[in-house]
Amino acid sequence: MKALIAREFKIAMRAGSGALTGLLFFLAVIAVIPFGVGPDMKLLARIGPAILWIGALLASLLGLDRLFQIDREDGSLDLMLSGQDDLSLSLIVFAKALSHWLVTVLPLVVAAPVLGLIMNMEPLAIGAATLTLLVGTPAITFIGAVGAAVTVALPRGGLLVSVLILPLVIPVLIFGVSATLGAIEDPAPFLAPFLILCALTLFFAVLGTLAAAFTLRESA
Amino acid sequence: MRLVAEGLGMERGGTELFSGLSIALEQGEGLAVTGSNGTGKSTLLRILAQLLRPSAGSARIIRGDGADCHNALHYLGPLNAMKDQLTASENLKFWSGHLAPYERTGAIDLHEALDAVQLAHVAEIPFGYLSTGQKRRIAIARLLCVHRPVWLVDEPTSGLDATSGRLFATLAASHLASGGILVAATHLPLGIDGLKSLQLGQGAPA
Repeated sequence: MKALIAREFKIAMRAGSGALTGLLFFLAVIAVIPFGVGPDMKLLARIGPAILWIGALLASLLGLDRLFQIDREDGSLDLMLSGQDDLSLSLIVFAKALSHWLVTVLPLVVAAPVLGLIMNMEPLAIGAATLTLLVGTPAITFIGAVGAAVTVALPRGGLLVSVLILPLVIPVLIFGVSATLGAIEDPAPFLAPFLILCALTLFFAVLGTLAAAFTLRESA
Repeated sequence: MRLVAEGLGMERGGTELFSGLSIALEQGEGLAVTGSNGTGKSTLLRILAQLLRPSAGSARIIRGDGADCHNALHYLGPLNAMKDQLTASENLKFWSGHLAPYERTGAIDLHEALDAVQLAHVAEIPFGYLSTGQKRRIAIARLLCVHRPVWLVDEPTSGLDATSGRLFATLAASHLASGGILVAATHLPLGIDGLKSLQLGQGAPA
């Protein structure tokens, strides 16, 4: 599993991997929002957490369709499926999803504080948004792994993956934004939505992995 | 170690590719599957590699003690299963760590495997820069890096020049001599002595 993650890292670091597409998209979305909304600093600060979350959500959907497809196209997926029992296949899927998150989504979380400044957010709000993104975005990737497994044989499955998994990631968005707002605004609770967000990530780390492994097995 | 398939039948897209196919291979035996395009050679290999479920019958690899085993087969498909961005030796190193060996003994290390396919000099070049034949030989080296007794190879010599084709024949022959099993789907003669043969698609309209 470590070797698989190390391999994904190496591939991402070399030319032509497209690992930074999501980050550039995230930058582009957040950078144009202030121009569109106008110079109302208070409004920007108020919608900032939600915009960061929506931007990160959409950016992390980009490239999800390639998660398994790239291994299918060069034949690696066959070797991963052939002669593996269900447990080791699930571990492979988990490692693939985890390395996808590390390579393409973690940079979004790292960039979030800088982009929070563009949205005129308070330091506390920036901290809360970054923390909730760190905890919540793995759930998006693990749900996305199921979509990627379903569309693995479709040559242009990118948009289909997004459409398939969007309804499932809405709860992650809701609890991510409400936890962030809870940290800033006084009457709203922080801990309850934050813990639900943690629970969503843990839950989908297991269910998403098993479902994606099963789907890959069946679609071979 | 035996490879046994009984009553295999397969349908794809509503047409029957083959039916009632039985294969039994003992250690040291090889089988060349021939037939014209579209007769199901690759499909048969994918069934034996447990990547496809047959519509009838079953295919198993049975250990000496009668149990089924998962990690006894190498599948070399039409694709090479290597990443263009990684070097040849990084690719091989990954697979030799990832694929569980059947036995600890019998495998050779990465450099010896590259030597065996006469490609030690391109070990540190990204796989994507290699020629078609060199890519195929690196993929063949994967079979040597991890010891697994059953080789299922689909057009193993496609893209290889005559010398490299003979090289593969030598490697496959020594695999058979050491008690391995080989099933090769091919439309070119492989030049390996003593292979059984199975022709698919007989009786089908030409």
